[in-house]
Amino acid sequence: MEDVVRTIRISKVYSSGEQRVEALKEVSLSVERGDFLSIMGASGSGKSTFMNIIGCLDLPTSGDYWIEGENVRGMSKNALAEIRNRKIGFVFQGFNLLSRTSALENVELPLIYGRVPAVKRRAKAIAALEMVGLADRSQHYSNQMSGGQQQRVAIARALVGEPSIILADEPTGNLDTATSSEIMAIFQKLNRQGITIVMVTHEPDIAAFSKRNVVFRDGRILSDVQLPDPTETGRSRGNL
Amino acid sequence: MELLMSLRIAIRALRSNKMRSFLTMLGIIIGIAAVIAMVAIGSGASKIVSEQIASIGSNILLILPGSTTSGGLRLPTGAAPTLTYDDARAIQKECSAVAYAAPVVRGAAQIIYGNMNWSTVVMGITPEYLLVRNWPVIHGRHITPSDVEGSVKNCLIGQTVATNLFGSEDPIGKIVRIKKVPFTVVGLLDQKGQSPQGTDQDDIVYIPLRTAQRKLFGTQFPNTVGSIMVQAKSEQDLDRAEEQVNVLLSQRHRIGPSRDQDFTVRNLSEILGVAEQSSKAMSFLLGAVASISLIVGGIGIMNIMLVSVTERTREIGIRMAIGAKERDIMLQFLVEAVLLTLIGGILGMALGVAGAKLVSAFFNWPTLISAKAILMAVGFSGAVGIFFGFYPARKAALLNPIEALRYE
Repeated sequence: MEDVVRTIRISKVYSSGEQRVEALKEVSLSVERGDFLSIMGASGSGKSTFMNIIGCLDLPTSGDYWIEGENVRGMSKNALAEIRNRKIGFVFQGFNLLSRTSALENVELPLIYGRVPAVKRRAKAIAALEMVGLADRSQHYSNQMSGGQQQRVAIARALVGEPSIILADEPTGNLDTATSSEIMAIFQKLNRQGITIVMVTHEPDIAAFSKRNVVFRDGRILSDVQLPDPTETGRSRGNL
Repeated sequence: MELLMSLRIAIRALRSNKMRSFLTMLGIIIGIAAVIAMVAIGSGASKIVSEQIASIGSNILLILPGSTTSGGLRLPTGAAPTLTYDDARAIQKECSAVAYAAPVVRGAAQIIYGNMNWSTVVMGITPEYLLVRNWPVIHGRHITPSDVEGSVKNCLIGQTVATNLFGSEDPIGKIVRIKKVPFTVVGLLDQKGQSPQGTDQDDIVYIPLRTAQRKLFGTQFPNTVGSIMVQAKSEQDLDRAEEQVNVLLSQRHRIGPSRDQDFTVRNLSEILGVAEQSSKAMSFLLGAVASISLIVGGIGIMNIMLVSVTERTREIGIRMAIGAKERDIMLQFLVEAVLLTLIGGILGMALGVAGAKLVSAFFNWPTLISAKAILMAVGFSGAVGIFFGFYPARKAALLNPIEALRYE
């Protein structure tokens, strides 16, 4: 099966003046279609840098990154924006919805930038909201919603463009445990439908919902293990 | 569609900060209002001047008798009775650049109709005079060449005279007495308004030239005229006409090169042209001063847009993360700035027009609101929006999405 994400010895070096920080050191990692990968690591371990690169928000200093077989090396900012729009769905810790904007319009946003015609856009956005169980809240403003609802809107927004991969950066970081497990249940449901997910988290309990766990340390991959079947982890949700 | 979307986003952004949007707009509103009102006031002034020029008639030369020295006493210009009816006829016949030469005698007289009387100016003219002045008879008929040659006692009256003597009565065919001489009113002149000097041009009675010379203002020089009005064939012929008149009259009056001329040729349109130019310069100056406030308003827009970009850094980051390209972000902020200035421009336009009307009403100052000025002002406000919105929009578009997302 084709890899959705494939990095070969990617490095990222930040240099400011005399200082030169190597945030990522020759990391090679592949994520298959349909995988659910969790990434852990202390702050400064390079996991955020890695996420930024595979999210096409940033380019590696060296090495190659293929997303669905497309090498991003030397791509312009606009080309990267287009890849983000078509192939990547972001879910952030702070939800990052537009305030004073309805849930529906928030979900429509990627399609607007993808130049999808209005009628089709609306239908897809409603479908995405249905998938996260918020079809009845489509007209609510994001700032009138609870954290869990906001994160579900954010997931709908990530989904709506039918991306190749969903990148979630500590999606439960701002949520209580009960809401966190609801959100994780949604991710698992989506993953069962074949959506590839890469998720950064601090918490082992959250990572346990994934199929595969990668730990970063000092800009390198420390461990990369397959986890037990997530459906079983799902059953143990009560322990969370 | 893109633009429509940007427009919706911009409207939402402006509405979410109503007070700030309004205050920002205020700079543009005042700027545009000032430009429109000032230009309206300035053009009003130059319109008056051009109307006055038109009321004199175009391409006019005025020939006045020169000054004379009598027993060591120098008399003022116009005092010497040196111009004659024959001079006028000669100019008309011999000067190729001249269209018409209209000799005039002038005097003050009391005019009586029934039990009404009115003191006014009586001028003896030939039929050419009203052609030169571009002054139509609206009721009745003109003075004809045979009126002039036959010294017929007919007269034309101006609107002011008609109102004061006849009220609402039809003056045509009525007999009036000028200095006790009976005249038949044959025509009523169209309204002419004020002269450049502010006198009422409608307060006038015209009679045939010969009649005036022989029957009303008899002098010791029976053939002289007070002045001759000359109309050149075109604006280009004006200088040539002046030259020809000078040469011809010098010959006729036998004035050698070393002697003072006993007549003066004045170019009236030239004098008024200067007045017109200065009023145009004033209106330009007023507009220029007012546009400074527009620029200040534009800087206000830029300032607020920069604040807005900083404030919405995170929003920009979100939009970029989900696929907004540089030009999408750029367009969004540009549309917002242009919308701000255009709304300001339209409000300012309304305010400016109202202000100009107010000035008209209260200070009795004519204002001229031209469509051109309005279009320019609104177009200019849009341009201000683009110009001053460009830098903030570009700044937004060039943000790094990672840093923008991290911005608190």
